[in-house]
Amino acid sequence: MRRSTAFGTAALLITLASSPASALEGSLTIVTSYPPDTTTTFEEAFEKKYPGVNVEMLKKKTSAGIKYLQETAGNNKADMFWASAPDAFEVLKSDNLLQKYSVKVGGIPEKVGAFPINDPDGYYKGFAASGYGIMWNTRYMKAKDLPAPKEWSDLKKAVYFGHTGMSAPSRSGTTHLTVETLLQGLGWEKGWAEWKAIAGNFKTVTERSFGVPDGVNSGAFGAGIVIDFFGLSSQASGFPVEFAYPTVTTLVPANIAIVKNAPNQEAAAAFIEFLLSTEGQELLLDPKIRRLPVNPATYAKAPADFPNPFKDKSIGAAVKFDLDLSKSRYNVINSLFDVMITYRLDDLVAATKAIQKAEAKLAGNNNAEAAKLIAEAHALVNAVPVTAAQASEKDFNKIFKKKRKKADTKVTGRQAEIEREWDTVTKANYEKAKELAEKAVSLL
Amino acid sequence: MALPLSSVQRGPAAAGVLITLFLLLFLVVPVAKVVFVAFQDPNTGAFTLINFADFFRNSLFQESFFNSFYVSAMSVLLSTIIAMPLAYFTTRFNFGGAILIQTLGVIPLIMPPFVGAVAMQLLFGANGSVNLLLDEHLGITIPFMRGLNGVILVESIHYFPFILINLSAALNNIDRAMEESAQNLGASGLRLFRRIVFPLSMPGYVAGAALVFIKVFDDLGTPLLLNVNNMLAPQAYLRVSSIGISDPMGYVISVILVGFSLLSLWVSLLALKNKDYATVQKGGGGLMRRDLRTWEKVGCYAVVIVILLFVLSPHFGLALLSFGTVWSYAVLPDAYTFDHYREVFGSASQYISNTLLYAGIAALLDVILATGIAYIVWRTKLIGRKWLDYVASAALAVPGVVLGIGYLRTYHSFDIPIIDEPLASWWVIIVIAMTIRRLPYALRACVAAIQQVSVMLEEAAENLGATKGRTVWRIVIPLMSGGILAGFVTSFATASVELSATIMLVAKNSDAPLAFGIYEFMQSAAGRGPGAALGIIAVLFVGIGTYISHVIIERSNKAREQSTNVAEGAAQ
Repeated sequence: MRRSTAFGTAALLITLASSPASALEGSLTIVTSYPPDTTTTFEEAFEKKYPGVNVEMLKKKTSAGIKYLQETAGNNKADMFWASAPDAFEVLKSDNLLQKYSVKVGGIPEKVGAFPINDPDGYYKGFAASGYGIMWNTRYMKAKDLPAPKEWSDLKKAVYFGHTGMSAPSRSGTTHLTVETLLQGLGWEKGWAEWKAIAGNFKTVTERSFGVPDGVNSGAFGAGIVIDFFGLSSQASGFPVEFAYPTVTTLVPANIAIVKNAPNQEAAAAFIEFLLSTEGQELLLDPKIRRLPVNPATYAKAPADFPNPFKDKSIGAAVKFDLDLSKSRYNVINSLFDVMITYRLDDLVAATKAIQKAEAKLAGNNNAEAAKLIAEAHALVNAVPVTAAQASEKDFNKIFKKKRKKADTKVTGRQAEIEREWDTVTKANYEKAKELAEKAVSLL
Repeated sequence: MALPLSSVQRGPAAAGVLITLFLLLFLVVPVAKVVFVAFQDPNTGAFTLINFADFFRNSLFQESFFNSFYVSAMSVLLSTIIAMPLAYFTTRFNFGGAILIQTLGVIPLIMPPFVGAVAMQLLFGANGSVNLLLDEHLGITIPFMRGLNGVILVESIHYFPFILINLSAALNNIDRAMEESAQNLGASGLRLFRRIVFPLSMPGYVAGAALVFIKVFDDLGTPLLLNVNNMLAPQAYLRVSSIGISDPMGYVISVILVGFSLLSLWVSLLALKNKDYATVQKGGGGLMRRDLRTWEKVGCYAVVIVILLFVLSPHFGLALLSFGTVWSYAVLPDAYTFDHYREVFGSASQYISNTLLYAGIAALLDVILATGIAYIVWRTKLIGRKWLDYVASAALAVPGVVLGIGYLRTYHSFDIPIIDEPLASWWVIIVIAMTIRRLPYALRACVAAIQQVSVMLEEAAENLGATKGRTVWRIVIPLMSGGILAGFVTSFATASVELSATIMLVAKNSDAPLAFGIYEFMQSAAGRGPGAALGIIAVLFVGIGTYISHVIIERSNKAREQSTNVAEGAAQ
């Protein structure tokens, strides 16, 4: 009797405790860069928990989402912004478009890898972690008799010529982080040399970040540089693909934030709490989603070979990602990559092919002159028109700033003018490198 | 109004003012807001031409300009080769299944973005079905989809229906008496075609070819999906969307795209200048249809089937993708399933009804506006009438993203009175964007149609006492009906797969049209099949719509033919 009363009281208490939440009503508009597989799963689960709330997912590419929130700030109708790239949230935060919120749910540690999970200023929260790596198509690799690539440096090898792909950092926030990670991990000159050696093997630079997993999945090219969940969810969807984290990678949180002046703040808060709750974190393991939860306890439910950054400390530990350094040169790196790689890919690939041919011929052949020519060709390809110090210089960066803050802000130099100078030098370098490599071949 | 307008000009003038107002509000102002940036010094905000100087000095932009021009010209050529036999055979000969062929010939226009390229890659890509087979059996591969050639191939398959539709309408409008006279004078075969039939159908051909040229010139989707970015439109898009507002080059390129498109329209007008294509006698209805000998029939069918197989191959690929489980580095999918259709069926109904509603209203508005503009330009002496044509045509060259940003910028703080929502996030703005984007298609079709209607017919009606309004309603519009229908079909079909402008304007998922839904699905590994299924549903819906409208117009043509015959019989 006593027991059933206690049980009844407990049930009543639970009902009472949850009733203000389940009485939540109205709509919730979330601007998100995530595909329907992710959004519908969370939308359905959330609406089941809060039947009074109607969730509207508004799908935008990250950059388009930022632009949308900027353009509509005067008459805002959106409640939340939900996307991967932390720097997108930084942009919105510095534009004063986000609202502070403190999370109630417990169990989430401060850091994943070397990265703080939540914005230290309280504007946005991490709900999952993402690392960067290489995915490859096993059928393709088998048909072309290629080894599985495990490290970034593997992708430089001549065997992968014409078999790999990546998106451009200016097109994809996550790719930007990959580029920056490698530059931070290896240093400016070595980092760029690495990227150019990898890019010389590219089949294509895709316009959308999803273009890379799409290409690998369908077998248009063999290997691609991607964010982890692209690889993991493709595999879970049945495609013959594998994914691996190279040593030099970083783990960063994927985030969610409440938009400033959100019309439905209560529902927005409830969504964040739901996302970070045990239930929400477990949803991330869904085969169609496959993202790394930020609650370490959730990994107990993960499939056997699922990566666990809280246990496997090697994931994302090699580079201590410096967000300030990244911020200081964000646009310069995007622009450099586009000028030197995206838009000059054909020239770069032609130079790389010539160099690889020369190197293959040189192997086992002692010819100092040819070796010298090849080294010169490498140096020409690797040349970067900007030094690390200059790339982070404030005045220089202003030329590439997304927004002229005030009408009286004075800046000298135009982006188009500078890019033209870079382009002229780069194109000439690639051509010269190709000539030198061909000359080396003729000597052998 | 103080303008000295004669009473007959008042109606068209009023219509002209309304059309102008619409174009100003939803095309000129929003685009001007964006284009303004092209003339702004990025550092000081002052007016400048330095951005244009930057453009013309940059080797990448020069290269892009040349590539865009080359790809457009080659696409017109390839499109003509594809469209000419289809149009000619189906209008010239008694041919079983002509309507079906005409309909199938329009289907390529409604290839939804993204899925089309995915399907093409799976079939013709470096490791697509065809190359895998070629490699296995012959040890060779053909780079169909590589670089500029890939763009030309996909663009031609995608846009040749512009030539097919306009050329067929023009061929149907040629008076059979012309052909008969030529035959009586001894012309036949190729000579008849070259000297009589083709010249008389020039307005239709030029209208179609100009559309293909301009459309390819500013097309974004295809080069982007093939990752060819050294062309103008992708350069503009990539710069606008990744660098942002402070960098003016994207806007400079947009201005250059608009300017160049206007130039090519002007050239196409020049080509037709001082030539009269109108024929007085009407009611005979189209080119004389000849019966074919058996071997001729076999030959014609063979040509038609080969062409259709080729241009519909992306759709076969799409269908396979929508039924396939996993399709990866293989000639065909691993296994087949109905799951993808089951999955989209729940969510698709809303996308479909939205699309039919939006594209239907947009196409209707388009033919109304286009008929009005065509009439004003070709039949009145109103001041500035040519500009109405130029401005409406310029919409063709405005990249969708630019229009979308312009709308957000212009109308976001404008709340609509009763429903209390910003105009920029109300679904009607999507319809307006579609209307503006597809108006040039309807306009070229209607202009070509009105050029083939002789003024003498109107004068005759007026001499018999009909008012101007009655003449337009009873004579001009019925005689233009083929062109108007062609305009409606192209506008509707292409608006229903419109993505680039709507992607900026969809404010609620419940307002989203099909193309947006497909785009969403195609961004995840598990969404490829459902996205393809949604694409097939879109193609089916628009295809059926197109077929029905062809049947209707064919029926009304026949009805008119019969009534003329009866009238002629009675007169004898």
